[in-house]
Amino acid sequence: MSKQRLVVIGNGMAGCRAIEEVLARDPDRYEIAVFGAEPRVNYNRIMLSPVLSGEKTFDEIVINDLAWYAGHGITLHSGKAVVKIDADQRLVEAEDGLKVPYDKLILAVGSDPVRLPLPGAELSGVITFRDLDDVEAMVAAADAGGEAVVIGGGLLGLEAAYGLARRGMKATVIHLMDVLMERQLDESAGFLLRRALEERGVETILGAQSDAILGTGGRVAGLQLKDGRTIPCDLLVMAVGIRPNTRLAAAAGLAIGRGVVVDDQMRTSDPAIFAIGECAEHRGVAYGLVAPIWDMCRTLGDVLTGRTESAYEGSLLQTRLKVSGVDVFSAGKFSGGEGCEDVVFRDAGRGVYKRVVIEDGRVAGAVLFGDAADGGWYFDLMRSGADVSDVRETLIFGQAVTEALRGVDPRRAVAAMPDSQEICGCNGVCKGAITGAIADKGLTTLEAVRAHTKASASCGSCTPLVEQLLALSLGEAFEVQTGPKPVCGCTRHGHDETRKRIVAEGLKSIPAIMQALEWTTPEGCASCRPALNYYLLCAWPGDYQDDKQSRFVNERVHANIQKDGTYSVVPRMWGGVTSAAELRAIADVVDKFAIPTVKVTGGQRIDLLGVRKDDLPAVWADLNAAGMVSGHAYAKGLRTVKTCVGSEWCRFGTQDSTGLGVRLEKFMWGSWTPAKVKLGVSGCPRNCAEATCKDIGVICVDSGYEIHVGGAAGLHIQGTEILTKVAGEDEAVWTICAVTQLYREEGWYLERIYKWMARVGLESIRARIEDPDERRALYDRFAYSQRFSRIDPWAERVAGRHAEEFNPLSRRLEFVQP
Amino acid sequence: MNALVKEPMIVWIDVGAVTDIPRRGARRVPGPAGDIAIFRTGDGQVFALRDACPHKGGPLSQGIVHGASVTCPLHGRVIDLATGEAMGADRGSGCAPVVPLEVREGRLFLGVARG
Repeated sequence: MSKQRLVVIGNGMAGCRAIEEVLARDPDRYEIAVFGAEPRVNYNRIMLSPVLSGEKTFDEIVINDLAWYAGHGITLHSGKAVVKIDADQRLVEAEDGLKVPYDKLILAVGSDPVRLPLPGAELSGVITFRDLDDVEAMVAAADAGGEAVVIGGGLLGLEAAYGLARRGMKATVIHLMDVLMERQLDESAGFLLRRALEERGVETILGAQSDAILGTGGRVAGLQLKDGRTIPCDLLVMAVGIRPNTRLAAAAGLAIGRGVVVDDQMRTSDPAIFAIGECAEHRGVAYGLVAPIWDMCRTLGDVLTGRTESAYEGSLLQTRLKVSGVDVFSAGKFSGGEGCEDVVFRDAGRGVYKRVVIEDGRVAGAVLFGDAADGGWYFDLMRSGADVSDVRETLIFGQAVTEALRGVDPRRAVAAMPDSQEICGCNGVCKGAITGAIADKGLTTLEAVRAHTKASASCGSCTPLVEQLLALSLGEAFEVQTGPKPVCGCTRHGHDETRKRIVAEGLKSIPAIMQALEWTTPEGCASCRPALNYYLLCAWPGDYQDDKQSRFVNERVHANIQKDGTYSVVPRMWGGVTSAAELRAIADVVDKFAIPTVKVTGGQRIDLLGVRKDDLPAVWADLNAAGMVSGHAYAKGLRTVKTCVGSEWCRFGTQDSTGLGVRLEKFMWGSWTPAKVKLGVSGCPRNCAEATCKDIGVICVDSGYEIHVGGAAGLHIQGTEILTKVAGEDEAVWTICAVTQLYREEGWYLERIYKWMARVGLESIRARIEDPDERRALYDRFAYSQRFSRIDPWAERVAGRHAEEFNPLSRRLEFVQP
Repeated sequence: MNALVKEPMIVWIDVGAVTDIPRRGARRVPGPAGDIAIFRTGDGQVFALRDACPHKGGPLSQGIVHGASVTCPLHGRVIDLATGEAMGADRGSGCAPVVPLEVREGRLFLGVARG
């Protein structure tokens, strides 16, 4: 029987692997011919990144050299693109007119890089990253030095940028999303990756949309972003994705979706034609990684050699980034969902973040950064669907630990460890050193063990082990310590510790804090995120960018949500003083927007209740037009300064209490604080402004101003305590701002001033406020912070900021008849 | 199929792009039977629920999204975005109905039953 003719279009990884699979099963079955558009032998495309970075040479990534083709009697038509498939005649036709007949045809034509249709995309120096020609173009550009911009912060884009940076270019990655490799990484891992790339000379600009490519003399000169920024560059690489190459298949009349549609036997709609690799679409998925290619080729090898029952059922994907010294792994589900549970481990000292997602007792996915050694093991567990419930406690520590402790009760496991077993990896402390110190020095607490041995003193991940050693050594005498109250269930650290480290370690983002303090959840919760956001705002005024998604709704939309989902709007009335013009404007707004309720508040303001969310910007626009700004009645920040009429009108008034109240409010408005802050200024001890139940109150007397702090009149009723007395109005303002700043810096999130005062003691507050240098420094920090705070959030939103917050996503559903 | 039995038909309606929703955020889609909330998690997953907390009807679209859950802005119920069920101590106390949602080429399609 004469041999059947097998023709392969595509001399890439898929095409050659398919041939290898066929040859391995039945070397004599086919007469094989391969067409390759690139004039080269078969090479390992996924290793192009190391070639770019100079860590490998082209020769090192060749898979099959010419001898291989010859040795297997394969005809290689290299550098010849196929232009047509005649499915009726079973012929393929190359660009030079060569016609080759086939019995079986394999399409392995891969994919094309997506080119963004930006103005200037045709300029010289604008390339994609797909084949060796692209690499050579990049190497040539890098030799000339200068700056490179890479559009796309996915796997390929980052590898391109890293390679260019290694070759001496200044590389900047422009990414549309706010997390690098967002299809593989969560926010925490993305943050660490960004930091690691920056250490390697790759800058990243996230959330940035490209607008146009700029050029001079036909060559690329820069990239303009939608926000107006321009990034100069001499080379621009587009790495924004791939599109399956379906041109030939479509012309031949094969079924096409996103790619060439194949069944579980890799067969296209023509039973003699098969498709594999990145050009194929299987069960609705077109893959862009190498592992599925290997799986597909295995099945195709079976099918072409007679085992037609063999079926490809899709691939689970794992991703590793090829950047030296940056260990990144991602597989499967890396985000939670129904029935999913996260196990998170962070080691700030080593820059490690691991997250394993467990679903129904099985590993459903993993993201690893900094230590990806166990990636393969998690992937195997995922693929095999093994039940991991019994090893859940140790799973996150990896295969070695888990296998060693499998089926052992943790307490017994610790008892069974040899004295030489290392307990604390950070400081290299063995079990024997710890138990020895406990016995010799009579240690009874975790703190004492930390002090004497350094065990668990760094990252703290071995704390449970050290506690178990204490329990084993001391028996009943050991009690687990209760430290300061943690911020929330996501961490073991308290508020003070967290705040201190934000400042000491220069932590400037929520993911940075979570990594440094080893948060045990991937992205925190509704309790810790707003707290951290506030701590960052307070620590880095003018520098930290507020994260609105970490804010409670009221502070995000700058109005108070009501029980029916409408909002209330309270314009600011400085010191509680208003005018006919303001009142008229308010009345007009009420009429215009049919606002159902108008109410005078306890803080001397007017509250407009029942405003629809969509109307908020328009309501604010009208109030702005009459000179009114947000009253921040929704804020963990300065709310109202309530005043009495004071010496200007009142026959008992001793000072200008209204004037002082207005001055305080005009200086302090817009400031964010741990919890709401209300002030009162009374012009005499009769206290008509009820200043002695405010967070901070002033009682004016003939000889000056009494400054009071720590009042409350809510759930808890408490009169203020007197902090100090000052002679002049200026000094009153300085003192009040200083104590507010102290509270801003020391208070725990959601802790009102009276609670803060009870915690730290009035004396400690007074000691710092009465020290003139300290008071001055506090005041200066407050004043600096206010430079960035006294901005009307309403006016910003009237001007269009965060418009998506106020508009529905779509109104199309309203017109659908149910 | 029996032509006399009218099958309920799902109509898929394009309501916008996935990227129109902020990460760890939500947007509303008003509809004849009340608002629908579409959520996008920090990891980029999207979910759609009726925009009403099972507790007192609070607009879930206005809550803080963390992981695959949202905390209701009115009284702090934590709702599982995948099921609409209350989580933690409130488990079993009710559920915000899930609305069919599909993502095609980066666009969001809400499924509406008709007929």
